[in-house]
Amino acid sequence: MENNIVIYGINGPVVTVKEADCFEMMEMVYVGKQKLVGEIIGITDELTTIQVYEETTGLKPGDPVIGTGAPMNVLLGPGIIDNIFDGIERPLKAIEEQSGAFISRGASVPSLDTERLWNVTLKVKVGDKLTGGQIYATLPETPIIEHRLMIHPDLSGVITKVMPDGEYKVHDTVAVLKDDLGVEHNLTLCQKWPIRTSRPVNQRLTPSIPLITGQRCMDTLFPVAKGGTAAIPGGFGTGKTMNQHQLAKWSDADIIIYVGCGERGNEMSQVLEEFSELIDPKTNRPMTDRTVLIANTSNMPVAAREASIYTGITLGEYYRDMGYHVAMMADSTSRWAEALREISGRLEEMPAEEGFPAYLPSRLAEFYERGGRVETLNGAEGSVTLIGAVSPQGSDFSEPVTQNTKRFTRVFWALDKSLAYARHYPAINWMNSYSEYFNDLDPWYREHLGDDFIEYRNKISALLQEESSLMEIVKLIGADVLPDDQKLVIETARAIRVGFLQQNAFHSEDTYVPLEKQKLMMKTILHLHAKSKEIVAKEIPLSKILSLGLFDKLTKMKYDIPNNRLDMFEEYIEEITNQLAKISD
Amino acid sequence: MIIDYVGVKEINGSLIVMDGVKGVSNEEIVDIQLENGSVRQGRVVQIEGEKIVVQVFEGTRRISLKNTKTRLTGHPMEMPLSPEIIGRVLNGSGKPIDGLGDIFPVKKENINGTPINPVSRIYPKNYINTGISTIDTLMTLIRGQKLPIFSGSGMSHNDLAVQIVRQAKISGANSSNFCVVFAAMGVQKDVAEYFRKSFEESGVLSRVVMLLNLSNDPIIERTLTPKCALTVAEYLAFELDMHVLVIMTDMTSYAEALREFSSSKGEIPGRKGYPGYLYSDLASMYERAGMIKGHSGSVTQIPILTMPNDDITHPIPDLTGYITEGQIVLDRSLQGQGFYPPVSVLPSLSRLMKDGIGEGYTRADHQALANQLFASYAKVIDARSLASVIGEEELSPIDKKYIEFGRLFENRFVNQGFHENRSIEQSLDLGWELLSTLPRAELDRVDDAILDQHYKN
Repeated sequence: MENNIVIYGINGPVVTVKEADCFEMMEMVYVGKQKLVGEIIGITDELTTIQVYEETTGLKPGDPVIGTGAPMNVLLGPGIIDNIFDGIERPLKAIEEQSGAFISRGASVPSLDTERLWNVTLKVKVGDKLTGGQIYATLPETPIIEHRLMIHPDLSGVITKVMPDGEYKVHDTVAVLKDDLGVEHNLTLCQKWPIRTSRPVNQRLTPSIPLITGQRCMDTLFPVAKGGTAAIPGGFGTGKTMNQHQLAKWSDADIIIYVGCGERGNEMSQVLEEFSELIDPKTNRPMTDRTVLIANTSNMPVAAREASIYTGITLGEYYRDMGYHVAMMADSTSRWAEALREISGRLEEMPAEEGFPAYLPSRLAEFYERGGRVETLNGAEGSVTLIGAVSPQGSDFSEPVTQNTKRFTRVFWALDKSLAYARHYPAINWMNSYSEYFNDLDPWYREHLGDDFIEYRNKISALLQEESSLMEIVKLIGADVLPDDQKLVIETARAIRVGFLQQNAFHSEDTYVPLEKQKLMMKTILHLHAKSKEIVAKEIPLSKILSLGLFDKLTKMKYDIPNNRLDMFEEYIEEITNQLAKISD
Repeated sequence: MIIDYVGVKEINGSLIVMDGVKGVSNEEIVDIQLENGSVRQGRVVQIEGEKIVVQVFEGTRRISLKNTKTRLTGHPMEMPLSPEIIGRVLNGSGKPIDGLGDIFPVKKENINGTPINPVSRIYPKNYINTGISTIDTLMTLIRGQKLPIFSGSGMSHNDLAVQIVRQAKISGANSSNFCVVFAAMGVQKDVAEYFRKSFEESGVLSRVVMLLNLSNDPIIERTLTPKCALTVAEYLAFELDMHVLVIMTDMTSYAEALREFSSSKGEIPGRKGYPGYLYSDLASMYERAGMIKGHSGSVTQIPILTMPNDDITHPIPDLTGYITEGQIVLDRSLQGQGFYPPVSVLPSLSRLMKDGIGEGYTRADHQALANQLFASYAKVIDARSLASVIGEEELSPIDKKYIEFGRLFENRFVNQGFHENRSIEQSLDLGWELLSTLPRAELDRVDDAILDQHYKN
């Protein structure tokens, strides 16, 4: 196209060209002889600024810059699931085949496998009138995910031609649609969508169904809704990544999108290995059958890191539009914010707090607003839940990324260094964390688990609150001086902390706990507390109760009671009643 | 046709600005000849039309606006590589300084490297036995890991690094195919000499590649040293299939050199004046550790950094901790009590350890023991802070037991001689012996089956 446009200046990943008036903002361009992918991020009448998604070593002034005429977009179609992409949707396995173990620049590989045949079933006939978002064909993408092909949201019209059911490649035409202007559009198995634009929906729904994670601390004390937003902030070593992995493995979403944004390469290879070995108990298929990985590790180009979050959410929205519940984990949004800062610095923009650009809050808000439970254009219900890890500098939660994330997310799972040092995992600090979804979710909990679930939860958090204020005293003068009823609170809270909140991700029974068991665990602990309280009120010393070993027994019930033997809780409760009855006589 | 550009337009710190330069590529290396005949090297860091900014590695001293001739070399910074590089001593930018002549290159590689494709990585699982109880038991070093030592000035991080090199044993195939790449950035001459002598004494000197940028060497050269070192390491690991241990000391000097370069370039500073891209820059080096499918070699990194003012939240240790797979933190008060190695157990961590220990690697009870030691030692700290308020006498009997356990733990488990090499079994057994001084009910992180086997009393 415009062959005469050439590079003028280079500064790190930022390249400028002079006197080019043919580019649009956010247009995707190819830079240099190796055709590195870039994006237009600034235009003045003199200089156009391009952010390049790959290393710029070796670029020269005078090298060509070629426009594509379209914004940065991703190709949406079958073959996304079970794949691993870099930040701009290039499949890493295909890059490996092309250039070996090290990623060379200018790798040009198609985002989706163009040779693979898909078994397509057409759902429309000639003469059908269709609007954007409606489904015209389906195909099995993995044994558990049916891929539903939808009309591009901007299109509508009448079907004029339909191919028979059968095997097709991604770019094959399976139907033809004639729009109101009489233009014919070939409907293939894929469509393009710009990553920075959210896909349209009919309407947003209230997030009233919880995302069940099987993690006690999250499900019980700080639940997140399907379509909700959550943040996991924590310094290094507090287990952000571990928590994200647990959520990716066990949460009851249909599709998981895991974005490794500026994190460790070895972590990604661990995810790859673990997820292909793990069997999803609900479907009996490997976890990879419902997972998409986006890996832009910390040593991969910084501009692609900035894009990876948007790539992830766009893929998520696409599956949401098919009527699936999608959960996206972004690890870590701080690295994304730092990429923004780095590029902003190269553009010599005026920095705001800590060198971050002034538009950081609005970018974060834009991102988290793309989550939600919705009615899609074709009337189905779908959701995208966003769970972003935050890596605060110096573990200081007052830094700009954490603070701004807090404003736009409704669940805050604050990870705590001192808990992590004591190897209390998940290291979610129950005093600093919160969830704003209680009111939205309570009806669901009442319907599915009964009113007592919420009652237990409130009691548990009240006990933890009480313990925390008692611990202030204990820190000053020791536990011995407390009266027995307060000592009992401390003992019960310990049982809650060690027996309930602490959860062992490496233990086969404890790594995922169904809600019913969570409820019974709370019930048992509270039963012991209530009964012991009666005895203490009769001025029988607490030490007598403690010597029964019941509290120790409850701290181990998470291991001792298998997830399929919930009847054993009855025995526990009976034993508590009987043993304590003996003392009070 | 080769053109010499005469003179420069502007000089600022280690940067020179030149105008009217044609056909230059980003990151290209230039040779700058001074009037007295000496040649310096520089790297193109910014291009704006025909105006370029060049970073001079050896500094801009004695350069004037007129007295230079500059020549473009046409290629980015490359490192000459050959199997003969093992045993050589190089300067901070990879030139031999041991008087044995130039390296005859089998190949040349760009020192910036290229990122390893995440799908080509092998998840590291083989542990390295360092013979140091705290590290082996509680923060196990894994082959292909990057595990930094967070230290402070005056602490014994150098001794610890030397001891690890001397004692490190690798299990599995071609374990003898082992070598060390040592990169010194801004360290004193005698520290570098100490390392050299220690390598010699332990008989590994012939298997060491040393890159030395001493504290009086040019600062800008320092920003190249770790990159050159890792290029050598990658060559040895992924072309010659060797197991390479890279020791980089001191990363703080490196980051400071980067800050100096950034500020002279007029970049917008981030936290504490460090450039906004410090994270990406550190990551581009630390991420070069690992193992790759199809190659039997590995790159394991032990970067050493001194925390300014012992502050773990300072940007350098902070960002490092976010990239590396754990950290070994040294503690000044342990050092003050005469304990060696002064490893502060609670903030130390190895992220890869969980998959590299246990049955088939170390011993089945390893993970449980480590969890329990961490948890119990955390309680020691609580008990101590209580004791500092109400006095040790007033503590409850169980807290007193913890105080005693803490004392034993530090004296016997943490404290270990510089020449003492403990096997993994010795370390694990010692851990159980110490835990057995606590009542059995306190050991709530361990299954009863394991306790039956190991709890003595």
